[in-house]
Amino acid sequence: MPPREGTYGLLAEFNTPSELVHATQMARREGYRRMECYTPYPVEEAAEALHFHKTRVPLLCLMGGVMGLTTAFLMETWINVYAYPLNIGGRPLFSWPAFIIPAYEWTILFSGLSAAFGMLALNGLPQLYHPVFNAPNFRNGATTDKFFLCLEAHDPKFSLTESRAFLEQFSPASVVEVDH
Amino acid sequence: MATKSPIEDPVVDPMIDPRTGEYAVIAPGHNFKSVTQKIAGIVLTGHTPLAWFFGLMFAGGVASLVVIAVTWLFLKGVGIWGITIPGAWGFAIINFVWWIGIGHAGTLISAILLLFKQTWRNSINRFAEAMTIFAVVCAGMFPLLHVGRPWLGYWLFPYPNTMNIWPQFRSPLAWDVFAVSTYATISVVFWYIGMIPDFGTLRDRAKLPLAKYIYGLLSLGWRGSTRHWIRYETASLLLAGLSTPLVLSVHTVISFDFAVAALAGWHTTIFPPYFVAGAIYSGFAMVLTLAIPIRKFYHLEDLVTLRHLDNMAKVMLGTGLIVAYGYAMEVFMSWYSASHWEFFMMWNRMFGPMGWGYWILILTNILIPLTTLWWRKLRVNVTYLFILSFVVNIGMWFERFVIVVTSLYRDYLPSSWGTYRATKWDYMLFIGTWGLFTTLFLCFARFAPMIPMNEIKMMLPQTKIRPGGANAETVIEETA
Repeated sequence: MPPREGTYGLLAEFNTPSELVHATQMARREGYRRMECYTPYPVEEAAEALHFHKTRVPLLCLMGGVMGLTTAFLMETWINVYAYPLNIGGRPLFSWPAFIIPAYEWTILFSGLSAAFGMLALNGLPQLYHPVFNAPNFRNGATTDKFFLCLEAHDPKFSLTESRAFLEQFSPASVVEVDH
Repeated sequence: MATKSPIEDPVVDPMIDPRTGEYAVIAPGHNFKSVTQKIAGIVLTGHTPLAWFFGLMFAGGVASLVVIAVTWLFLKGVGIWGITIPGAWGFAIINFVWWIGIGHAGTLISAILLLFKQTWRNSINRFAEAMTIFAVVCAGMFPLLHVGRPWLGYWLFPYPNTMNIWPQFRSPLAWDVFAVSTYATISVVFWYIGMIPDFGTLRDRAKLPLAKYIYGLLSLGWRGSTRHWIRYETASLLLAGLSTPLVLSVHTVISFDFAVAALAGWHTTIFPPYFVAGAIYSGFAMVLTLAIPIRKFYHLEDLVTLRHLDNMAKVMLGTGLIVAYGYAMEVFMSWYSASHWEFFMMWNRMFGPMGWGYWILILTNILIPLTTLWWRKLRVNVTYLFILSFVVNIGMWFERFVIVVTSLYRDYLPSSWGTYRATKWDYMLFIGTWGLFTTLFLCFARFAPMIPMNEIKMMLPQTKIRPGGANAETVIEETA
């Protein structure tokens, strides 16, 4: 990624989640699309205001699960029927009921790892640097008790003066310009 | 002087919700900031309590017994243990089952109670999960050492090798490898994913550059973005949904180690549910053992309230009753089966040379807890619960002792009867694992957020969203 310069966006700080959700809804209505909320705990209403509903985490999880199930079952079958057949008390080589148990465990293992690492990958984490950390008030509040709305500069509607005026009408605690 | 102060009057106890008469899950008057300060303060304080250092020294000293016992074991082999033929599964398997059972409550709290929307669990889930992981660490050591040549432990896994030998998947012991390794992996992942946002908070509140750096790395750059939160919540829910069948399957698979064998006292279909219930029973006892001193020591009574202790005691009562039913059914089935071997096994278990173990088990697992936990006064009595948690864990240890030893040492052929006697090395390793567990837990309590801050914040009344964006004052007024 080429290094970016200039303004990343405008960051408005609110004291309550209600103010944040209201401001986000109004910004959406105003036509802003490239924006993000930052909150100390998940605020579902903020996601609704951003019209962010669907995540692909469940799909990744399902794919992981199917992969784990088939991998384990096929591996067991190949090992115990073809690669290293053993006669255990006269039981059939293809003892599929016994194979289910490790296959069940690997279904959970693969789907769990896919959900966890898939979530991180979709979120773009780990990402130790992000422009919002440049805001002087962000780290003091975003993970503690403050609620932030960031209108990003690559939104076509974004303008330093007008967007600032737009945010000011919701009486935020502060509006800060964030640099890359 | 005659009038009682309002604080002492139980009716106006501020911790009791006047509508339900139950103890509150969080003490009133907390806000986002105070919750953060309370929990992050434990980790970020510049003044580590002196008692913590003493605790660590003591626990570390006990943990060093593991090093001594394992070193001698590596030099001499498993002959230093009390295992013999026919009693080849001595302390190693008893302790394995006991420790892993303790871990189960952590997963139950973090996964099953999350799915059932039991929000009270939020304050205790983090350290219960930590307890799970440390218990699995202690548990995993035993079967690995019991195989005799632990350095070849990787032979248990299916991997292409020059010997062209592969595992045998009809064996419950191979299932065990899959179940326990999956359980350990998923528990660690779930625990770490849960801590990422809190590591972000610690990174932002830390003063020391080194702490900022380490927590910054651990937080993976978490910034609380709403899109991230939604994916995060989805992943947490999925992990909870996956851990639920996992935790039930792990002890089921462990019980298969016994139930699949054709040995009187082991060969029974009641084992899976009864093992799982017993695991949760002992696990909740261990959560109480840990939670009671911690809430006292770090003054967390606001967040881990009597409601939590009451609820945990109720879960213990419920699972204890299932366990009691399991014992009753074992006795009934050994009579009803009309099998001479089953009948003898039960007689021998109760009145044989090791019958004392059975009666300790009945006393500590059934008689003491299940007669007293019905009273709410005792369920909210911190001292009583603390003592009881030890009683139950002693009982659960004896349950495994009774199952493993009394079934093995007198089986079908009287000519092959023997006995079992643990050696000092068995005791040393077992006691050493308590020290290891405590050491790990003390390190966790000092360096990681013990209570999930973001989940506690979600339970506060300030989170209520009012349409139109009410100003800050009205929200504060309402919560006051």
